Formats: sequence, structure tokens, C-alpha cells
Amino acid sequence: MHHEEPFKDRNVSEQSAYYFVDIEAYPENGWDKFKQVARRTFSGELFVGLWVVLREMIKFDIHTVQYPKEKLPIGPRYRAVHKLLRLWESGYERCIGCGLCEKICISDCIRMDTRIDENSRKEVTEYSINLGRCIFCGYCAEVCPELAIVHGPRFENASEQRAHFVIKDDMLTPLDLLKAGEQAEYPGFGAVIPGSDASVKKTPLAY
Amino acid sequence: MDAAFIIETIVKIVVIMLIFSALAGFGTYFERKVLAFMQRRLGPMHVGPYGLLQIMADGIKLFTKEDIVPQNVVKPIFKIAPVITAATAFMAAAAIPFWPQFTVMGYTVHPIVADINVGILYVLGVMAIGLYGPLLGGMASANKWSLISAARSAAIFISYEVITGLSLLAPLMMVGSLSLIDINNYQAGGITNWIVWSQPVAFILFWIAAFAETGRTPFHLVANDHEIIDGFGTEYSGMRWGLFFIGEYANMFFISFVMAIIFLGGFGDGTIAGAVQLILKVAFFFFFFLWTRAAWPDVRPDQLMWLCWKVLMPIAVLNVIVTGIVMMF
Repeated sequence: MHHEEPFKDRNVSEQSAYYFVDIEAYPENGWDKFKQVARRTFSGELFVGLWVVLREMIKFDIHTVQYPKEKLPIGPRYRAVHKLLRLWESGYERCIGCGLCEKICISDCIRMDTRIDENSRKEVTEYSINLGRCIFCGYCAEVCPELAIVHGPRFENASEQRAHFVIKDDMLTPLDLLKAGEQAEYPGFGAVIPGSDASVKKTPLAY
Repeated sequence: MDAAFIIETIVKIVVIMLIFSALAGFGTYFERKVLAFMQRRLGPMHVGPYGLLQIMADGIKLFTKEDIVPQNVVKPIFKIAPVITAATAFMAAAAIPFWPQFTVMGYTVHPIVADINVGILYVLGVMAIGLYGPLLGGMASANKWSLISAARSAAIFISYEVITGLSLLAPLMMVGSLSLIDINNYQAGGITNWIVWSQPVAFILFWIAAFAETGRTPFHLVANDHEIIDGFGTEYSGMRWGLFFIGEYANMFFISFVMAIIFLGGFGDGTIAGAVQLILKVAFFFFFFLWTRAAWPDVRPDQLMWLCWKVLMPIAVLNVIVTGIVMMF
């Protein structure tokens, strides 16, 4: 039974949505009991139940997802195994090696190594995430100033041992996929919300 | 008793054993599929096309599993109990005509192992002995759930067996024979001659008792998963448990045959069309066993006994009396 919740008056009263469930009186004597049994026997409720399940069988409206062959779509903000993205124009890695993700990681599962390369740019040499420890909280993606580490949709991460790792080569978008335009921008944690420019306020001078 | 008769009987026994062992396996497949479809699922799908080979997988699993005999059980009884269930289920099939007689290369085959003149009495009696499977298995298991299940099976057994016998009395009075072939031939005239039209009350009563007899869902009290785990089967594993299972499903098929033959005209006049009709009737009864499992809740043991003793038994007695009075005048 559908009813609108009256939000203005939530006190229990005659106008409120509360009502007593209609329970028929218990039979008091043998004759009443007999009448109840007879009524229940001949009311045909059992056949209603039979019809309901048979109807579902005939309709054949199967809700099963045959999982390894079919997969349900997951939300864009789903936080599964991480990905490292590349810059669209140059194809260069977005990661600047600032180490914020390593710092903020509350389960301490991110490890990175950096060096200064020939162009005096900081280069990430090693980047690995221990998925046995990662709790997929999304802090790394949120803290990343460059939208370099994001969460991807890869949720199947069964492995032979409890602590398994993703390393930089697993996470980084391959160059050929980037050129094919296959790298998807991540709309989840840390991403720029569409229309967020409009909500930026100027810093008050009074500060 | 010549050698040909003995050979023919042995062949019949082997054929029936093989067919109904296989059917018991297919019964589990059908049950899982039908239940799944009624619950908007697909059921077994991965082993073989549409999961058809699931039976093989289950069979291999059951046969190769370790046969665990727990420490405190009464070992000989614990070991023999599943055999009783399966053996009595198949022994009951001896007096059931599965198919009208047919002629192969000038040799007339009667597809019934033994057309004894007390056929239905024998079938019900041997099926009733099947009670000792759950009863002994449950009592020997050294497990409280099994013990409760054994007690339930005995209490329920006494209740439904009264209904089975009394409800069958009225049709048997009309037919005047206990042989299932005679009962079938009594209704050979076609659909209007079916006993269900003259004995609808007996038909309903026997049907209800059949649910208790096979332990199917409205009366699935002996091994009710959510109350007493698997009841008498809790401590069993591997092929011993599998024997219980085969016995249960074979029983479902045999009781479906009995119902179809006694009340719904059996194979009629013995033509191929009548034989196919018999299969369809049995299929309907078997489907109904699965259907109710998807639709109906279980009753409590005391409710079942209330139903049997206070409601069904008086009705059955009245039915017998009314039938007798009608036959007298």
C-alpha cells in the first residue's frame, strides 16, 4: 500500500500515516475454530500461491546475471584497482612524483621511487600498490593534484596470494591506447565536478 | 517357473533400476530448474548445455566423496539405513505397471515385474518400510537434529499412513481388486471412467498423504533445512547420503505412478496414446511436487498431525462409509 508521508505533522494521531493492522479476532470456541478452518480451507489461498510462482515461470523474466560471461555496469565513481593516467596532448605521465598519495594512504600500501631526470624533471621510477592492504578508500585519487592516480573499473582482483601488487606498468595507460583515445577521464574522487567553475567564490579580502 | 521367465524378470528389474536411478538424477535437475524459473533464476547453467551435465557432476561428487562414519554412531545401523530407503523405494516399484503390455518380435512383454493380486497393498507396504531409513538413520546418528528428525518421521508416518490406507479403501471397494492392472483396466473406458470423478475426495486425500509420504514441501518436516539442518541426513556424506536422495526421488516418481494409475486412469486401454498419457500424468504429478515446493510454506509437525488425525481421517472414514452406502443401493 502506497501512502504519502505527511511531513508537517509527524505526531501519532488520526491524520498520521500510522494505522492499526487489521487482525481478525482469535476464535474463542470450537465452532469459531471450525469456521476459521473451513474458511481458510476453501478460500483458495494456496492456489493463489501456486499461480504466483507459475506466472513467474511462464513470464520467464529471469533476473540472473551469468557473471563471468555477463557483467553488471558499475558506477563511474566505483573505486576499484587504481590506474595511472597520461596527459592527453603529450602522452607524458601525469604523475609528478609529489608523493602525496604515498603520504595520505591510511593503510600505507603505496610505495613510489623518484629521481631527477636529464631535463631536471622529477620522474617516477617505481610505483606499486599493495592490494592486499589497500582498502580502496580513494584518498590517493582525491589528494592527487594532477588527476594522475585514479580508480578504475577493474574489480576482479583475485590472486594466488593475499598480498598482491599492482606496479606502474599495470596501472599506466599504454601509449597506444592513449593514442586510440581509449583513456577515460575519471569522474570520481578528486576529479573536477562539471560546472564547478560557477561555484568558485572569490577569496574574501577580509581574510 | 521356467528359465525364460526368470531371465525376463531380471531384465525388467535391471531396466527399472537403471531408468529410475537415472530419473532420480534428472529429477534433481528438473527440481533445481523448475524452482529456479519460479524464482526468476536460471538454475544450473555451467556444466554442459543448459546445465544438463550437472547430474554427472553431482554423481561424480557423491561417488568420490569420503564416506564419513562419525565416531559415536551405531555403525551397522548407520550404514544400513540409506540402503533401506533406496531399496524399499525400488522394491515398491515391482508391482507398478509402468507401461501397457506390448509385443516385440512376437514376444509379449508385460512392463511390470510382478503382477501380484495384492499390488497396491504391496506397494504401500514396502513404501511404508522405507520409513525405517530415516528412523534408523536418525536414531543411529548420535546427533540431536537427526534424533528429532527420526522422532518426527515416526510420528508423521503414523499420521499419514492412516490417510493413505483409508482414502484408498473407497476406490478399492469400487474396483474390487488390489492389483494395479485391474484398477487400470477398470478405468479403461476413457476419461469419464476415471476414478477421480467418482472418488474426488479420496483422490485429494491420497494426494495430500503422498506429500507426507515422500516428505515434500508442505510436509517436509523430516529433513527441514531451516529447523533441523538435514534431519536424518545430517551426519551422512557421499554415496550414503546419495542413496537417501535417490530413494526420495524414486519414491516421488513411484507415488506419482500410483496416483496416476489409481485415480487418473493409468495407461487407459493400453494403446501407445494411453501410455504416453500415463507418462504425462506422472510428469504432472512430479511437476506438482516441485511446484508446491516453490509456492507453499512448510507446516509444523503438530499441524500436520492435527490435519491428519482431526481433519483428513474423519473425512476419509466418511468417504468410505458414503461409498459403501452408495454401492449397497
